[in-house]
Amino acid sequence: MYPSRFHYEAPRSLAEAFSVLQAYGDEAKVLAGGQSLIPLIKLRFSAPAVIVDINNIPGLDYHEEDSDGSLNIGALCRHRTLERSPLLRSRYPTMAACAPLISDPMVRTRGTLVGSLCHADPQGDWASVMLALGGDIIAQSAKGERAIPASQFVVGPFQNALEPNEIAVRARVPASKGTRSGTYLKLERRVGDFATVGVAVALEASGSTINRAGIALTGVGPSNIQCTEAEQALAGKTLNASTVEQAARLAAQAAQPKTDVRGSAEYKRHIVHTFVMRALSNQQQARAA
Amino acid sequence: MAQALDEVKIGGLGASRKRVEDDRFVVGKGNYTDDFKLPGMLHMEILRSPLAHARIKSIDTSKAWQMPGVHMVLTGDMAAQHNLAWMPTLSYDTQAVLATDKVRFQGQEIACVVADDPYIAKDGCEAIQVEYEPLPVIVNPYQAVAEGAPVIRDDKEGQTDNICYRWDVGDREGTERAFAQADVVSKIELHYPRSHPSPIECCGSIADYNAATTKLTVYMTTQAPHIIRAAVAIVAELPEHMIRIVSPDIGGGFGNKVPVYPGYVCSILCSILLARPIKWIEDKTGNLISTGYARDMYYKGELALRKDGKILAVRFHADTDNGAFFSDAQPTKFKIGLLHSAFACYDIPYAYMTAQGAYTNKAPGGVAYRCSFRVTEAMFFQERAIQTAANDLGMDQAEFRRINLVKDDQFPFRTPYGFLLDSGQYEKCLDVALNAIGYHDFLREKEEARKQGRRLGIGLSTMTEPLGAGNSREYDILGIKMFDCAELRVHPSGKAILKIGSKTQGQGHETTFAQIVSHELGIPAADILVQHGDTDNTPFGMGTYASRSTPTAGAATAMVSRKIRAKARKLAAHLLEVSEEDVEWELGRFYVRSAPNNGVTIQECAMAAYGNMPDGLEPGLENNAYYDPPNMTWPFAAYIVTVEVDPETGVWDVLRMVAVDDCGVRINPMIVEGQIMGGMTEAYAMSNMQFITFDAEGNCVGSNYMDYLLPTAWETPGFELHEVVTPSPHHPIGAKGIGECACVGGPAAFVNAVHDALDDTGVRNIDMPLLPHRVWEALTYKRDVSGAPPLKTDAD
Repeated sequence: MYPSRFHYEAPRSLAEAFSVLQAYGDEAKVLAGGQSLIPLIKLRFSAPAVIVDINNIPGLDYHEEDSDGSLNIGALCRHRTLERSPLLRSRYPTMAACAPLISDPMVRTRGTLVGSLCHADPQGDWASVMLALGGDIIAQSAKGERAIPASQFVVGPFQNALEPNEIAVRARVPASKGTRSGTYLKLERRVGDFATVGVAVALEASGSTINRAGIALTGVGPSNIQCTEAEQALAGKTLNASTVEQAARLAAQAAQPKTDVRGSAEYKRHIVHTFVMRALSNQQQARAA
Repeated sequence: MAQALDEVKIGGLGASRKRVEDDRFVVGKGNYTDDFKLPGMLHMEILRSPLAHARIKSIDTSKAWQMPGVHMVLTGDMAAQHNLAWMPTLSYDTQAVLATDKVRFQGQEIACVVADDPYIAKDGCEAIQVEYEPLPVIVNPYQAVAEGAPVIRDDKEGQTDNICYRWDVGDREGTERAFAQADVVSKIELHYPRSHPSPIECCGSIADYNAATTKLTVYMTTQAPHIIRAAVAIVAELPEHMIRIVSPDIGGGFGNKVPVYPGYVCSILCSILLARPIKWIEDKTGNLISTGYARDMYYKGELALRKDGKILAVRFHADTDNGAFFSDAQPTKFKIGLLHSAFACYDIPYAYMTAQGAYTNKAPGGVAYRCSFRVTEAMFFQERAIQTAANDLGMDQAEFRRINLVKDDQFPFRTPYGFLLDSGQYEKCLDVALNAIGYHDFLREKEEARKQGRRLGIGLSTMTEPLGAGNSREYDILGIKMFDCAELRVHPSGKAILKIGSKTQGQGHETTFAQIVSHELGIPAADILVQHGDTDNTPFGMGTYASRSTPTAGAATAMVSRKIRAKARKLAAHLLEVSEEDVEWELGRFYVRSAPNNGVTIQECAMAAYGNMPDGLEPGLENNAYYDPPNMTWPFAAYIVTVEVDPETGVWDVLRMVAVDDCGVRINPMIVEGQIMGGMTEAYAMSNMQFITFDAEGNCVGSNYMDYLLPTAWETPGFELHEVVTPSPHHPIGAKGIGECACVGGPAAFVNAVHDALDDTGVRNIDMPLLPHRVWEALTYKRDVSGAPPLKTDAD
């Protein structure tokens, strides 16, 4: 690979990283797993003057629950760790379903969840999961930290809400309002491909009553789409043929797909409907069993 | 009595000997072109056109020239001063080396920058400013011949349209008469999408012109070093004996590394101009968008059928999309390769085909991607037409094939296009495949599943293909006849070096060709070193493609071994003190007929050739042999695939895949099976996901591995392999070639299986690749789905 010339910084602490960012402003680009950034600079689609490699900063490779029941995922926590996480498997079914569907094993070994969110690719899978779970992203700068809801974090294709002097240090999933269930379904042409369509479904229920429903879509709009109407159609309800169908219909309506090499807009909308049906029907059946 | 050698133990014919080349590859000690570093070497990068069709108004290279570390910025105008702005193609057309007047496809070479390192060279390319005047873009052959279409090749004198060739073959009138007598005429139209061989190693070269000796050495990624030497002599007007082409280890070729590319020519010109070694290593995007594509052919065909299932005649027309330059790598006589091998395995009395090629604003190529010159398209069209015809007749697809396949007692069989099939057991292969898959059980299972709303399907593909080009009467490239050579040097200790003119790119020649010598001479394969790829050091050969190495160079290897054996017999008679007539041969050893314990080994004969030859016998034990095959070899294959289609998403999964290959005698069964699995993986790829398309502006969709999908181990189904062996009657060891059968015959089996799962919908054709959205569209709307470019997109 022959990228454009860049200056490389490898700070050993967050404080050092912030001063580097302060010095270079928006000329700097943060490198975590590099699985999106490196292809971009290889193709010279992106030519940052400075690359700030945060891999030497200790204390960012973790995922753990806080005392308030929220889950925090550090900026250097790799997809591979999440894929193998017993915690996710036991308590975060939507995340556990998504992790093994991220690209391919090589990308999962290096790439990070937080980096994927920052990249803000409309075909990124994690952003849908975070939208469905109502998560947020914690941005830190020399002045302190702030939480940016996942729904406000992406401001456009490949554009996030971070200031040039901020680093996304962790993602956070709030404590559950009930028992979690859900899944992530992804139609891809091949392992490692971006989603033709991805659907994240996250339910939090007491008994058969859904306290909170999260449904979000990948690959069918200029950014990941939170299906607010479909979510509201399920909140406070139980899953049955009628509510499942209604949610699927509303989710399909929320999609803004485009016709491209992965299929027609009509097809993609149909897949959203099919996947929401499948995801919810499976939860319904699991509950019945 | 001395025991004869166990041939398998010494690594002879039939031994599944591990590939000797793998030792260096698995420890990272292979030597690819990019691994070579010559003293004083500079690096070259190519500036490519972002537009598919545009007039070049100006090229400003001044900024690039000023960059520190830049040694040269070469443009087409500069190349023209050396008569190298254009070069001849393998199909007697011309191709731009560096564009001077227009760019004619996205990715076309415009200029190159030579610098101290590749980073600076790439920066230099970015500093070149090109002013374009965009022109209308053509991305399929129908746009090319439409009224008012811009003439892409306005550089060619007398070229007033976009047609690059017309061709026809067969018996037109006889075919028409047969169609008049048909009970049913079955028609189908389809597109075989553009594909790319996509070797993992891209193309590259290091040109090293020595101004003192005037010798030019080029290390490069070529499947055919000797043809390249001839081509360089012609293109660069250099004396052929002062050109040395070295093709080191190659990271896959699949036909992509047969043509001469502008990058090679530019590196040579820059080396001559700068008197420094120049390295050019293409990146993946450059490889995918500019180098030899494959396929991209449109088929309109019809079969004349009798009610009882007999095929009376076949007639078809093919339109090829040849890209901006007609550069198909194919024998001179044939403008559309061996497309007329279509339907060869069926006994069809009359046949007629026509073809027309069109220039478009796409990369040139037309290379034989893991096949003999367009036979992949031929066999795909054939097997799709056969399945459709069986359906139109309401006949079982296996029975329909059985009725029409050439029978064992019909060999030698002359096809209506003039090919001579010399051997085969077609029906036996079909039966082995049907039994293996459990054909009738599956048909019942399919019916049951359909009642529950599940869609199962089964697809067959049976085919023979012409391999091993050629015979010198009919086959030549650039006027050079297509035979091959082997040279064998047996050293005093009985160890040997075999030199061949073909060139492995993963086929395992270093392993299998030693096995042929071992079979003929009884020298253990481990004692034989196979050399290839260096034109100063190997005999002339036409290279490795079209599954021709075993049929030609492999045959030459057997023949030179026999010459060596004949001389060794004289030495044995001398050593045994008997007359030559009294000497018998068994593997590795001559003995006295009347006293079998009294014998000498081939190694002892070798020593005698250098130390104890009889009076009057020339010393040494070395020789060479040219093999000019009297015919092609004709392997046969029967492939069956079963699938399940998800009607809600159009996603289809392969349930089972059975492959029965009759490639004649198998030299190394393990390598043969590896070749079949590799070819079948590519067949699956093309049927399922792998293609290059273009939008209306001529932008290439498939310019990197995120868009050009190669299946991984995750998607690739398992393959169940079976064999039938019908030796080739003319090849000295009976081998027929196997490198390409699965890639050629495989796609139709997958595609037919998916269509079979839709057999109640009236859908006749979904173009490859059968992407889920295409299958869903066909199923939902009960209509055919075309995959031809331009790609459908929403306007942003």
